[in-house]
Amino acid sequence: MNARNMHDFSLIAGLLEVVGVGVEVPGRALLRAASAQFAAGQVTAVLGPNGAGKSTLMSVLTGQRQPTGGDVFLAGKALAAYAPIDLARVRASVAQETQVAFEFTVREVVELGRYPHRSRPGKSGADIPLQAMQATAVEHLQHRALNTLSGGEKARVHLARALAQVWEPAVGPASAQATRWLLLDEPTAALDLQHQHRMLQLVRAWATAQGVGVVAVLHDLNLALRYSDRCVVLQGGEVVGSGATAEVLTPACIEKVWGVVAHPVAPQGGAAGPSQYLFEAPI
Amino acid sequence: MKALRHGDHRRLPASLVLAGGVLLLALSFVIGSARGAYAISPLQLWNVLLDMLGGSTQPTPEHLVFMNIRLPRLLLGVAAGAALGLSGALMQGLFRNPLADPGLIGVSSGAALAAGMTIVLGSLWFPEMPRTLGSWTLVAAAFTGSLLVTMLVYALSQQDGATRVGLMLLAGVAINALAGAGLGYLTFLATDEQLRNIQFWLLGSLGGARWSAVALVFAMVTAAAGSGIALARPLNAIALGEAQAALLGVPVERVKRLAVLLTALAVGAVTATTGIIGFIGLVAPHCVRLVAGPDHRIVLPGSALLGAALVLAADSVARTMVKPAELPLGVLTAFVGVPFFLLLLRHFKSRL
Repeated sequence: MNARNMHDFSLIAGLLEVVGVGVEVPGRALLRAASAQFAAGQVTAVLGPNGAGKSTLMSVLTGQRQPTGGDVFLAGKALAAYAPIDLARVRASVAQETQVAFEFTVREVVELGRYPHRSRPGKSGADIPLQAMQATAVEHLQHRALNTLSGGEKARVHLARALAQVWEPAVGPASAQATRWLLLDEPTAALDLQHQHRMLQLVRAWATAQGVGVVAVLHDLNLALRYSDRCVVLQGGEVVGSGATAEVLTPACIEKVWGVVAHPVAPQGGAAGPSQYLFEAPI
Repeated sequence: MKALRHGDHRRLPASLVLAGGVLLLALSFVIGSARGAYAISPLQLWNVLLDMLGGSTQPTPEHLVFMNIRLPRLLLGVAAGAALGLSGALMQGLFRNPLADPGLIGVSSGAALAAGMTIVLGSLWFPEMPRTLGSWTLVAAAFTGSLLVTMLVYALSQQDGATRVGLMLLAGVAINALAGAGLGYLTFLATDEQLRNIQFWLLGSLGGARWSAVALVFAMVTAAAGSGIALARPLNAIALGEAQAALLGVPVERVKRLAVLLTALAVGAVTATTGIIGFIGLVAPHCVRLVAGPDHRIVLPGSALLGAALVLAADSVARTMVKPAELPLGVLTAFVGVPFFLLLLRHFKSRL
């Protein structure tokens, strides 16, 4: 619980944290006294079975849902104290599903990511939407209507839109909290095997190279082991584990939370790499 | 150039679409100036314009007809069509629903109910009202009615300090049905003459155009259009959903309030002076979207231009088809608008 004292959390400026957060709807608690920290420059996976409260936690982090108890801090300041437009310049999110009304093209949707920056366009006239589309390999679709694309292609467009939103470090009076954040709710759910890896490699590179804080809800524990630095495990609305992913996701933890038996698999040819699991079908 | 690269989603460039809208409006304005119970030839029209500029002392009959009857009527038509087209685009963008139209939030049904009450009950309950307000009685009552009903729908859609558009949609449908029932009861009470008055009011007409009313409506619609077009970029972001728009820094609640307010004022003022003009608010935004794409920076001004052109075209036909009598405008807007819409639909159906 004193994660704040750990060395990788020494910079409060790059910290997004929920402290004792509860979210209640009539007759049910979606989150109970949940505390977790998310750090700049790292990929933090949010894990847990269906209905564990992962999306609720994400909606608390985006500020879409006001917790009924507890606090959310960004860089040491209450999240609700920020102006929405300042947050929009440093924080982008991709929801589990985004229904786009009307026949907007891929390019138009990605350009919407630049909405919070319209009063201060990017330097040197760089075509940020195009670069963002190239990053997620959707530039060849840019003139297609979004609603004609497959689910996986749509997911990559929405990631491109989010990347365009936080493409450059924020400048101006709001740059005090210059850390940029990507909040992704099941970004890989609709993607094929190759694009699952490509997308996580991409956001991981953003985290390590640019110091962006990435929070991603994932279902594939092997992907979480491979690409996330830390994880938060939720079960029944409570945080049941958090810390370095390889340390938290033990076979015991997986069996307790998911009810699935996990067997560690040695990396091929003894190559260095994160441990991976083979799962037994539950009976 | 750019349009050609759109491939299967070919769109016309914004400048071309807006220029086309202006041209269409100018064309229907000129045709509307010339045609009518008293036809004015293009040459006579030219002379009237020269007279106006020269300050002639001996006005010709054409001059009198054009200045006192036709011009205010045309300007009211422009204001009405622009208000309906723009508000339709605002509502469709706000509700993220292509079936929305300005009537959805109760503007038209409120005006209709109030107009019906004035026609049927006004002389009974407030016999002195027509004396004090004169011909403004019906207009003032209808405008008040439209604002009150819109406010009611808006109030019913509030939840936890926010406006829920899903709730607004349902509240609008319910309140519209209630207003319809009220109007139905009024027609049951009405005498034959009152019934005819209600019926004509419901079908709309630009016949009541007087300079005083036209100036007022025109000013309100111009103000509403000015603020409405500023909502284009926020409405584009709202196409991603309200939640995502808020995360992009759009003041969603303010946009919703402003869109509803502008629609209530512009369409309320228009409907109060003309009666109900259907179909324009629904069809104009679709037409623009089909040829230019969904960007509200084009859809909002384009719908206003196209709405104005369609109303003028419909009114030209309404005035001349059975002259010296007039057909109800509401009948004509559907007769003119539907084929136009179906034609576009046929041409662009692959896009839907």
